[in-house]
Amino acid sequence: MNTPLRRVGLAMLAMVVLLLANITYIQMVKADDYRADARNQRVRFDEYSRERGKIISSDGKLLATVAQTNDSLRYQRQYPLGAAFAPVTGFYSIRYGPAALERTEKDILDGSDDRLFVRRLSDLITGRDPRGGNIQTTIDSRVQQAAYDAMTKPGTGAAYTGAVVALRPQTGEILAMVSTPSYDPNPLASHSADEQAAAWTAYDKDKTRPMVNRAIQDTYPPGSTFKLVVSAAALEDGMNKDTQLTAANSVQLPGTRTDLENFNGGHCGPGDQQTASLETAIALSCNTAFATLAGQLGPDKLREQAAKFGIGQTDLKIPMGVEESHIGPMPDAAAVFQTGIGQRDVRLTPMQDAMVVAAIANGGTLMRPQLVQKKLAPDLSEMSKFKADEVGKAMSGSNASALRDMMKKSEENTKGNGKVNGLVIASKTGTAEHGKDPKNTPPHAWYVAFAPADNPQIAVAVIVESGGNRGLAATGGLVAASVGRAAINALPGIGGR
Amino acid sequence: MAQPVPVGAGPATATGQGNNSNPAMQPVAPTRRGTELWMLAFAAALVTGALTLVSVNQKQELTIQVLWYGLAFFAVFTIAHLAVRKLAPYADPLILPCVALLHGVGLVMIYRIDLAKTEQAIAKAREYSASAPKQVMWTGISLVLFLAVLWVVKNHRVLAKYGYTAGLVGLVALAMPALLPSSISEVNGAKVWLKLGVFNIQPGEFAKILLMVFFASFLVSKRDLFMVAGRRFLGLELPRARDLGPILVAWGVAIAVLVFEKDLGTSLLIFGIVLAMLYVATERAAWVVIGLTLFIGGALLAFSMFTHVQQRVANWLTPMDKVVYARDGGSYQIAQGLFGLGSGGMAGTGLGAGRPDIVPEAKTDFITAAIGEELGFIGLAAILLVYMLLAMRGLRSAVAVRDSFGKLLGGGLSFAIVMQVFVVVGGVTALIPMTGITAPFLSYGGSSLLANYILIALLLRISDAARRPQTGSRPRPVQQAPLGEASTVMVERPT
Repeated sequence: MNTPLRRVGLAMLAMVVLLLANITYIQMVKADDYRADARNQRVRFDEYSRERGKIISSDGKLLATVAQTNDSLRYQRQYPLGAAFAPVTGFYSIRYGPAALERTEKDILDGSDDRLFVRRLSDLITGRDPRGGNIQTTIDSRVQQAAYDAMTKPGTGAAYTGAVVALRPQTGEILAMVSTPSYDPNPLASHSADEQAAAWTAYDKDKTRPMVNRAIQDTYPPGSTFKLVVSAAALEDGMNKDTQLTAANSVQLPGTRTDLENFNGGHCGPGDQQTASLETAIALSCNTAFATLAGQLGPDKLREQAAKFGIGQTDLKIPMGVEESHIGPMPDAAAVFQTGIGQRDVRLTPMQDAMVVAAIANGGTLMRPQLVQKKLAPDLSEMSKFKADEVGKAMSGSNASALRDMMKKSEENTKGNGKVNGLVIASKTGTAEHGKDPKNTPPHAWYVAFAPADNPQIAVAVIVESGGNRGLAATGGLVAASVGRAAINALPGIGGR
Repeated sequence: MAQPVPVGAGPATATGQGNNSNPAMQPVAPTRRGTELWMLAFAAALVTGALTLVSVNQKQELTIQVLWYGLAFFAVFTIAHLAVRKLAPYADPLILPCVALLHGVGLVMIYRIDLAKTEQAIAKAREYSASAPKQVMWTGISLVLFLAVLWVVKNHRVLAKYGYTAGLVGLVALAMPALLPSSISEVNGAKVWLKLGVFNIQPGEFAKILLMVFFASFLVSKRDLFMVAGRRFLGLELPRARDLGPILVAWGVAIAVLVFEKDLGTSLLIFGIVLAMLYVATERAAWVVIGLTLFIGGALLAFSMFTHVQQRVANWLTPMDKVVYARDGGSYQIAQGLFGLGSGGMAGTGLGAGRPDIVPEAKTDFITAAIGEELGFIGLAAILLVYMLLAMRGLRSAVAVRDSFGKLLGGGLSFAIVMQVFVVVGGVTALIPMTGITAPFLSYGGSSLLANYILIALLLRISDAARRPQTGSRPRPVQQAPLGEASTVMVERPT
């Protein structure tokens, strides 16, 4: 009986060898797949119990930090400035995953970045718990907070829904990125699963979509702010500020019986002149002039100029992905007319509109907007510096200056609070129709600007959805301009102050 | 008919402890109990180390208490050791330490999962009753039973007399849960329990051993019957059709367990053991071929008839499939186990530093996934090798023991250990479909622990007989045996 017993022994050996081979395959070959599977919560638990790095503003304010706890996760993620900065920081939820910078910079923040490898190794040897690196953002907390306050506490009436983006024109640094209504990221980072779930459900079900970052995830018809793009196309095409355009109260869209009117059906410029200069048309935001100008330039030149400003770019990352802005297909002449005043199928993110004014402010050179200033190791040594990234030349320097001068005139004709003596702003407003019944839907109010006009330090784009609290009477100047100026005025040192 | 094979005919039969255990040269063979005690101390040290790691990683503190637990563990196994020293002095010295190590690692892992579950329960303001204290209680009961078996069964050959009784009791134990109403026999869909109010028992675990005793005695007494050659077919000597009875009965029992108790694991285990024992008894591969054919037929039948079998197969083949993963009775558990194993990787997260509690049933069927996660490939491979060592020591005793019944029972018991490990670890690692069975000594569960300690007591008894120097007590001392412990009952098929 010993021979079969030995053969059974061999069979037993074979079974164990099979098991060993299989666990080798699972734990060595397939390990990374299993580790990285989205359904594997362990990775997040692991990160969660690590001391995650901080997110700070360029002026040193803590936007995201950690506090020690007594539970097994050991560190509680905190967002001291809460909802105002949520579009920048995002949140860090064990259940719903990270968002915004918490997601895009996760390798640095949780310390798994390759550049932190040596440090992790030394932590392993010295027995110190590995820590994450820190992210310094380009955000100026004062501008961000001022813009958020202006949107949520507009002086009178209800809070605004919309977005504010502020850029440094020369570098593309994002000084502020506000989206309202916002959400408090703190409960989403709670260690209580129930609290997380409750907060998530509340935000997710909220019709005002507080977790959407309107500045980069939503696109809107830009309305009259798009006239800047059309003007740039005109200037690049050889026109100048004195080029005469129609001053008619209304024009018929080619091939239709639909009339396109100036705001309130008014005349463009003084008296009963048949024409108005480009400068006047910008200053008074004349629709008939820009509709015909767009028709004159044709769809190709418009599209080309729009592309130079970045419209239609699909892969813009700040490092969060920015929704694609587009000018629309412009299938017929009527569509080209409507495109000329930023209606029809033109859709821009607030970030894109800010890029347009920032490029004008920067002598026509478009910079890629960026949110991360520096990546810092756990001991605050610099791992990477900010590098300005030039996208391209949107227009010539002289044309940019010409457009700037026209925008100064526009600012003079713009109402709203927040004008400061001695600070010259170049701006353009927009009042964009939208919805199924545009005439009876409160329009989106836009304001794009940069200041000081002759030495720009900040470029802003503001959108207040559906007229804010002014209803049908809303205009860019009435509603959005004061928000934009509040953001501009909050920048330290602006206008020699 | 049977003719004794000349002992020591070749090196292959020299399977004893080496030359120094040759009773002819050395009347008093070393008992090697000292080795056993040292190895037990080594196992206790490893287990204490494991407990220390859990304590440091989970509670961020280290207290002297850990040392007391370690010493208590060592003390308990010292009692077992002393009993073996007294009752089975020539038993294999590595069997008990292997068991101690597996059992200790299991206890530490159960305690470690308790900690995680308790924390979760506190966070949700719920009650959680810890498993580790219960398992410690079962450990105590198991040891008492272990000692009792060693005490009562002074000679394993006595068991052969009770073969049919064991078979009957075993069958009844196996069938009982199926016959009883679900209210006292069903837990989580498997109808394998006997709920006795205070505690629950899985009679199938004990049936496994009783049936092995029956088969060993049955096969030894009716051996010749199975060796009558029938027709030759494809180079195999097929048995006569009328001799197929026993294997068909075993097959029928396995199928019945599968159908009425939904217990794939026990079904597979029992059938595999019967097949192995039949092969050992008859030395005829034909039985294995017939058995495997029957098994494949039964498996295909079960697959086509039962949705829960189809689900298990889907869970096994495509555990990561989104639909399979998400559905009720789907692959969630297996996938989570694989995630755990993958996250553990080569070296593991460290004891107490992983999240094995995410996997459902981490204390019982999936405890090897928990070990693979926290101790990594290295730890899990080590555990598998300890099982292998344990089974190989058992098998070695079976080879060395002099009587056919002992050989067959020892071989069956040893094979049962590896077979069970193969079924459970293979299931957890998606090598074979998951069948729901405990890992011997590691998993939480009283019945499994009790049954396996009985199994070990029997193995020790057989190995004691194998290595015990022959005295006048043997009915017919074989004088011509120069290697005393080598087999003297090797029997060739009559030609």
